[in-house]
Amino acid sequence: MHKKFLPLYVTCSLFALLFAAGAVQFENFGSLRVFMNLFTDNAFLIIAAIGMTFVILSGGIDLSVGSTIALSGVIISVLMQNYGWHPLPAFALVLVLGTLFGASMGAIIHYYQLQPFIVTLAGMFFARGLSSVISEESVPIMHSFYDDVAMFGFELPGGAWLGSSTIIALVVLALAIWLANFTRLGGRVYGLGGDAQSAALMGVPIARTTISVYALSSFMAALAGIVFSFYTFSGYSLAAVGVELDAIAAVVIGGTLLTGGYGYVLGTLFGVLIMGVVQTYISFDGTLSSWWTKIVIGLLLFVFIALQRYLVGRGQKSR
Amino acid sequence: MNTDNTLLALRGVVKTFPGVKALDGVDFTLRKGEIHALLGENGAGKSTLIKVMTGVYRRDGGDISLEDKPIHPANTGDAQNLGISTVYQEVNLLPNLTVAQNLFLGLEPKRFGCIDWRRMNREARELLAGYELDLDVTAALNTYSVAIQQLIAIARGVSMSAKVLILDEPTASLDADEVASLFKIMRELRDKGIGIVFVTHFLDQVYAVCDRITVLRNGALVGEFEAASLSQQDLVSHMLGKALEKAVHEKIEHADAESRDKLFELKGARSQALEALDLSVSAGQVVGLAGLLGSGRTELCKLVFGVDGLVAGDAELNGQHVRFTNPRQAVVAGLGLCPEDRKKDGIFGPMSIRENMIMALQNKRGWWRYIPMKKQRELAERYVKALKIATSDIEKPINQLSGGNQQKVILARWLAAEPRLMLLDEPTRGIDVGAHAEIIQLIRQLCAQGLGLIVASSELDELVEFSDKVIVMRDRRKVAEVSGNEITQQRIMQAIAGQPQAS
Repeated sequence: MHKKFLPLYVTCSLFALLFAAGAVQFENFGSLRVFMNLFTDNAFLIIAAIGMTFVILSGGIDLSVGSTIALSGVIISVLMQNYGWHPLPAFALVLVLGTLFGASMGAIIHYYQLQPFIVTLAGMFFARGLSSVISEESVPIMHSFYDDVAMFGFELPGGAWLGSSTIIALVVLALAIWLANFTRLGGRVYGLGGDAQSAALMGVPIARTTISVYALSSFMAALAGIVFSFYTFSGYSLAAVGVELDAIAAVVIGGTLLTGGYGYVLGTLFGVLIMGVVQTYISFDGTLSSWWTKIVIGLLLFVFIALQRYLVGRGQKSR
Repeated sequence: MNTDNTLLALRGVVKTFPGVKALDGVDFTLRKGEIHALLGENGAGKSTLIKVMTGVYRRDGGDISLEDKPIHPANTGDAQNLGISTVYQEVNLLPNLTVAQNLFLGLEPKRFGCIDWRRMNREARELLAGYELDLDVTAALNTYSVAIQQLIAIARGVSMSAKVLILDEPTASLDADEVASLFKIMRELRDKGIGIVFVTHFLDQVYAVCDRITVLRNGALVGEFEAASLSQQDLVSHMLGKALEKAVHEKIEHADAESRDKLFELKGARSQALEALDLSVSAGQVVGLAGLLGSGRTELCKLVFGVDGLVAGDAELNGQHVRFTNPRQAVVAGLGLCPEDRKKDGIFGPMSIRENMIMALQNKRGWWRYIPMKKQRELAERYVKALKIATSDIEKPINQLSGGNQQKVILARWLAAEPRLMLLDEPTRGIDVGAHAEIIQLIRQLCAQGLGLIVASSELDELVEFSDKVIVMRDRRKVAEVSGNEITQQRIMQAIAGQPQAS
């Protein structure tokens, strides 16, 4: 076993442990159905958090994710309901706009040497404001294509359901793992997060990499917005408030170092699943307020940051 | 001149920064299969010249040609593609990536659009075998020592089809054995026809490994010499631009230390990193700390200064028990430390010289007793003058100064706080010959003013020159204490090597 995979193992085992605990305590918890529902309910978050993983690996942060999700939902629903667009061109437009939005944030961060925090914070207000300007009301989506896609899926044993959004999330996951660990761009992202100055001296194109990372994150957020609209059948400017923070939490619980350079995309999936399983546990219990989810996630975050601190400290000592 | 053999030629290169002409019409010629030393004091323009060659800076005038073709590298990636690779003093690799990734970043072998990890790891192992390194290439780079990282950086540079390899002070943080193996590899590469530019402050190393020498001074070319026909003394006077008064090696009158009051004492003191040891410093005494890299010199300084806590044993300052649990207590008690890693632990890079200087004094006074700006300026001006710090302005950010001047500012910082005991950890590392002599001069002056000093250094000749007592460390233990007339390089070396006393 390689020491560098340790946080990943911790995350996976924690998920298994939580799931097992639920299964022991509640009838029906330990089923494939509950497991698959974790994916169905959190598909959009998985996608957004994967985009966030790249940003954090590169040593940055993206606070605009939640707003971008809302904005893409609003654009799609307005184009469909008010202008009679078919969903597919609307999706394409939203993905392109999202990518451009992220790329411009990346360009501003790189060329003006600004903090990602502040640039994406501005992006967050911009996207949220823009979606409210487009439509303050929630816009319902009614289209046969949406019904077809939402119904599409495969029946699994035990009444479990592999739906379209889960499929999208899993495909995104596979592509993201490939991108992070089997392409040159991935190596550059890790390098940038490890030591930006050294990376530059080793010939890593810093500008292109930074811009790609933020473009990717916003693309993923736009895609998450599409998946989210299949879940809610509407576009609403106040949807997905704070999702960027859930995404960051999932990335960190997934074992990625917040300062960049260390971590794995697969860990982020388990980070989201852990948050999902806590939520499921609380809804199975029935007596606990759903806000307990936040408390548990807060504690988990704290434990994971402490764990990373410990691992990093030990790594430096062994040198 | 033999032009067929010319690999890299710079002609009349000019580089101007606001207010400074960093390079003024410099020529530099590197031949195939030679090791060429690039020497000069700090601020002479070596770094700028290298940065122009590697595309970090764009030149403002002149020509550069590689194998008779003019080149215009726009960035380091560009220069690498042309075949010019650089290994810097601080290893500029990525600590979080694996050894193999570091070797191949940007040129990873691919299969079906995926990085072929297995092939990459295999090729990395094969590549390192050529340097007699047998490492786990899948482990993160930061699990290896600086020396090995440096060799990995060289391997990377060469494997990127380097024709020109620039080594910018690669030996600064290596010990003698590591330097020897580095030199062996440099000679092997030379014999393969690679042109190597070697920048260093160690003149002995220049003669050990270099074929030719180019000397710069104040951004201008002084000359190009055959190493074999240039004496070390001539070389130094070329670098300084004046005949050097024969380095004063006569022994100073050793303070009759034992009769004086002890200023600071450690008795059986132990830290997490060090085994129990005794140490005593009197006022006006210089205690040298000798030993190889990692022998515990730095750890001893940290122990005295309260960075590492005392695990067992006793510390006394002026006969009073003290137990520093953090450096602040040490500062308030009148200690000062110039750390080994100036850049990381010593300077506040973007802050001005003045701000850097008053830091210790202000901390000692406490934040509620602000030092008036007028007083700050006076203080800064006084020390800039007293320590001959070369700067146009006390408000200049410290990271724009050369290494030697930065070191002087840090010294000034502590002197302003009027300490009783100063700890200097490698005060002359990475500092050019001229500033080197000045710093040694300073150490003596301070000592004469009644300060106690503890100076850790890897340069034995310098320790012999100023120490009243030398403590030799090995494997995190104190192995010998030499004082008075017994202090000779030979005696210290024997102790470091673990041989019994010859007498």
